[in-house]
Amino acid sequence: METPRHKHLVLILAREFASNLATPTLIVDDEGRLVFFNEAAEEIVERTFAETGELPLDEWVTPFAPRSLESEPLPFERLPSGIALYERRPAHERFRITSVDGVERDVAVTAFPLFAHADEFVGIVIIFWRE
Amino acid sequence: MRFTIWGCRGSLPTPGPSTVRYGGNTSCLEVLLENGTVLVLDAGTGIRPLGVELLERGVRNIHILLTHLHLDHLEGLRYFAPLFDERAKLEIWGPRSPLFSLRQRIVRSFSPPLFPIDVRRVPAQVGFHDVPRHPWTIDGAVLSAELVAHPGPTLGFRVESGTSSVAYLPDHEPALGGPIAHRSRDWVSGSSLAEDADVLLHDAQFSEGEYDERIGWGHSSVGDAVAFARSSGARRLLLFHHDPSHSDDVLEQMQAQARDIATGEDEAPALAREGMVVDV
Repeated sequence: METPRHKHLVLILAREFASNLATPTLIVDDEGRLVFFNEAAEEIVERTFAETGELPLDEWVTPFAPRSLESEPLPFERLPSGIALYERRPAHERFRITSVDGVERDVAVTAFPLFAHADEFVGIVIIFWRE
Repeated sequence: MRFTIWGCRGSLPTPGPSTVRYGGNTSCLEVLLENGTVLVLDAGTGIRPLGVELLERGVRNIHILLTHLHLDHLEGLRYFAPLFDERAKLEIWGPRSPLFSLRQRIVRSFSPPLFPIDVRRVPAQVGFHDVPRHPWTIDGAVLSAELVAHPGPTLGFRVESGTSSVAYLPDHEPALGGPIAHRSRDWVSGSSLAEDADVLLHDAQFSEGEYDERIGWGHSSVGDAVAFARSSGARRLLLFHHDPSHSDDVLEQMQAQARDIATGEDEAPALAREGMVVDV
């Protein structure tokens, strides 16, 4: 008998924190699934969270076509979000994306891991900074 | 299974003529499984009379499950009679902490200047355990523990035995994550513990007006307790963790308020009461 699990408390509180920020913020769970983005991030995603719902990793990363400022494609592992997710450490980087509307944007992104306990990784937070 | 409420007051023991109907002892719930196993949820002052009775009943193997270590959930442990019986065996379960073990944290309250007797001098056999991250079994009952919204590492518990289930979230502020009614169940703190539970004992310390002045203190209003029960699909709600400033009369006004909010529910919310026995 297994009790169905709700989101980890840390993700619930992170979502509430993000939903009160004017800075575009994404919340991703420990498997890379985009579980929330705030209203400010709709400008980047070009859709509301109510429209998209939760998205698996490949569905939310690929459309951005992330690349360096010299236009070289950047694999997810080299992005701040990939570093935070796979290496479980914070990272910050400037790079270029293509929004859903086809507009190229240079963005600065900070991503950091969320640990409920030292050995319990529950997800990451990704913040987009306007420069 | 059967549970007995030995204490349902929040924050501070509150004896006196204005609290005789619902009781003044702080949180403690005894869950008696059909095979005779006793689970004790929290060690507020209600655990003191429970301990005396357990020895009289000859119960020697006891599991104590602590939601957290705030004093109103721990202060009775030092006066729990089985601790001072060398035939007793206690297994104490509690929340993980990033820094100190459960034993180290509990021992603080068993040390001078707070208490004269060191835990090492207690004659009972005592084991300390961080709760597992996944459901586990004690003598046939399935237990689940999850971190819930309350200051510091705090658990809620669910006990399942056969087809019956009880959820216990005495200190919980799910509204801190946003309005409960507007969120899907999986985004509500503690909801999986209470999901479709036969009985939910839930924090309802404040009136709506009081809660507005105490957001972030870790407790719920009556309205949020009802909303949480509705969101999780719990069948019967017992309002728990009564505020020390609330007399019996005030509590009954809050119960009436809860019933107004819960209009249409199959079972009306009720106040938890010290001495209440519920068969599930």
